[in-house]
Amino acid sequence: MRVLLPASLTRLFPGSTAELEIEAATVAELIAALETRWPGMRDRLCDATPALRRHINIFVEGRRAGLHTPLPPGEEVVILTAISGG
Amino acid sequence: MPTRVLVLLGTRKGAFILQSDAARADWALRGPFCDTWPINHVIADPDNATIYAAGGNEWFGPAVWKSTDLGETWSHSSDGMHYAEGEPGILAAWSLCRAHGRLYAGAQPAGLFESRDDGASWSHVAGLRQHPSCKDWQPGAGGLILHAIVPHPDDPAQMWIAISAAGVFHTADGGTTWQPRNSGVRCDFLPEGQHYPEFGQCVHGLAMAAGQPNRLYQQNHCGMYRSDDGGRNWQSIEAGLPSTFGFPAVAHPRDPETLFLLPLNGDVRGRYVPDAKAAVWRTRNAGAGWQDLRRGLPQQDAYFGVLRQAMAADCMDSVGLYAGTNTGTLFASPDEGETWATIAQHLPPIHSVETLVLPA
Repeated sequence: MRVLLPASLTRLFPGSTAELEIEAATVAELIAALETRWPGMRDRLCDATPALRRHINIFVEGRRAGLHTPLPPGEEVVILTAISGG
Repeated sequence: MPTRVLVLLGTRKGAFILQSDAARADWALRGPFCDTWPINHVIADPDNATIYAAGGNEWFGPAVWKSTDLGETWSHSSDGMHYAEGEPGILAAWSLCRAHGRLYAGAQPAGLFESRDDGASWSHVAGLRQHPSCKDWQPGAGGLILHAIVPHPDDPAQMWIAISAAGVFHTADGGTTWQPRNSGVRCDFLPEGQHYPEFGQCVHGLAMAAGQPNRLYQQNHCGMYRSDDGGRNWQSIEAGLPSTFGFPAVAHPRDPETLFLLPLNGDVRGRYVPDAKAAVWRTRNAGAGWQDLRRGLPQQDAYFGVLRQAMAADCMDSVGLYAGTNTGTLFASPDEGETWATIAQHLPPIHSVETLVLPA
């Protein structure tokens, strides 16, 4: 499936790309795959609960997803940073 | 020998590095680094010029950044930087210390982590949060933060840490157990009769006197103090100062009698320099007397403060002092505070200032 990453995340991991193809059955598997490609990326997206960080949004089929959300084959996954900062 | 003097800044929007030569008259600024994350503390290891920056980002959580090329490139990690299941998540890394071959990081909410692989991974020094007082630790205005880590220079098993607003704690067994070291330190914000608790003091700055590991200086929310027994007992040294409130405490790198403070007007009076006139205050006799140093610092309409980690000294023969304001101005003195100049301005609020002296 097609996965879109925010620029503020890819800047932290030299060599990472804003768009990539990954096969995963759930959001958790997707993040595990990202971690394999770019060690440390899981900590940027998830806390130790584990859960998605409060200001990280992952959209699957246009809806906010959690770690256990299934990923339908062929669906696009969009990772975005929520409104925050100051 | 030709020398480079670097000043390392942690700011609300990234880390910055200023560089000058031994004269410390002309400065060049680089940054912002660390992808403009809020950075709470930047330190350097003088042995290998590695720079570390502690911070936290609302989106991506805490991390300690690292640069081995004086800021040109950076990596980051928070691998292992978390408490046990059921405990709160880490919001940010707040303080750093390199000692005895290890890198230490203080966190928000307050806790201590250590890295034995130069910041690649971290492990929780769990003994501190296992202290029975932990459940009663209360945050200060900056949050429940471990903001100062003071290692013993010779004994790796000993360390002092400072938590706002839990006080000073000391370990003599490498972090397995900790003891509060707050006797004699006031808590004016508690009811009558409870002004001297075992813990809960709002320590703002903690510094060790050069060559005297048992002499500690403390800037507190409620007064300035010195201890000559490793923090077991503290005595007030605030007589002669313009207020009892301030944040940083900077020890002279070679003279254990000399300390620099930057008092503010008070906790409920705006927390800016007294009478809106800036001054660093220096003692040459361990707090028995104080001298205000204000030549070159603004003497009217100065409504800034200097935060707990935002003043530092270098190790040059004539010690340089650097004070960064919460309004983004960096003042520097090349002569132990006698004269001052503005060397950077219009920066983000400055959280921390440290120095690094290298061969040219």
